[in-house]
Amino acid sequence: MTSSLRSNQAVLLAAAAFALLLGGLALAFYWVPQAPLEGFRQRIFYIHVPVALTAYACFGWGAWKALRLLWKRDRRYDLESYTAVHIGVIFGILTLVTGSIWARTSWGVWWSWGERQLVLFLVLFLFYCAYFMLRYSVEPGPRRAQMSAVYALFGVVLIPISFLAIRLAENFIHPVVFSRDVDENLTGSQAATFGVCLAGTLALAAALHVNELRGKRLDERLRELREALA
Amino acid sequence: MTSAEKYVTAAYLVVLAVVLLYVIIYSFRLQRLEREITELAELARRKQVA
Repeated sequence: MTSSLRSNQAVLLAAAAFALLLGGLALAFYWVPQAPLEGFRQRIFYIHVPVALTAYACFGWGAWKALRLLWKRDRRYDLESYTAVHIGVIFGILTLVTGSIWARTSWGVWWSWGERQLVLFLVLFLFYCAYFMLRYSVEPGPRRAQMSAVYALFGVVLIPISFLAIRLAENFIHPVVFSRDVDENLTGSQAATFGVCLAGTLALAAALHVNELRGKRLDERLRELREALA
Repeated sequence: MTSAEKYVTAAYLVVLAVVLLYVIIYSFRLQRLEREITELAELARRKQVA
């Protein structure tokens, strides 16, 4: 893909993210009716859950690129996988912070160690934070690329466990919003607003990914140029 | 403003703040890249003259 095409792609994604998130925000505050049990604080859901799902998507994307690297032995997938994990960690931080704010207003505590789904998300987040330690403890080259790829692939196993923990937990206080139980499910307006917000956070992650990847590629090319000129 | 409204606002502002922080960090990175390119262009020019 040429540089100008990538640039256009980044601008389009950023514009889409801005429009979708602004639209989602307007829908969440002015269209969706107040939740009967949670009240106004339920509106955190429209940012917290899309951000969490986007973090999972980034980690999943990173694992897919890692798999491609191990399969095709093409070095460009290493940078793509690394960038996806990088963006995933940013969304992971946002998930933990917005989740903590929701916990404080709903349960009266910032964090609950007894909640499996919270602890599992923290484990997943810390696992991906350790990815950077592993990556920067090894000299750049094919060995580092392969080690990072294997690590990113291991991490993806934690995603379904973390996601299902909300459903499998027996003593949960964390709300379940996508279930087969009609009473617990989202209403039409809630689902539509959630969809817009999710599309917005995914577009934001994609825009950040494209920009970050361009920056990292530029860094790499500059390093090569410096070595050639030295 | 009720307590719930404050917390909801805080959650949305945190997301906005992180995105803005990312943009600020990225602008510093662009400045560094610009500086490095200028240095490399100067180095290449000097090599050409020599």
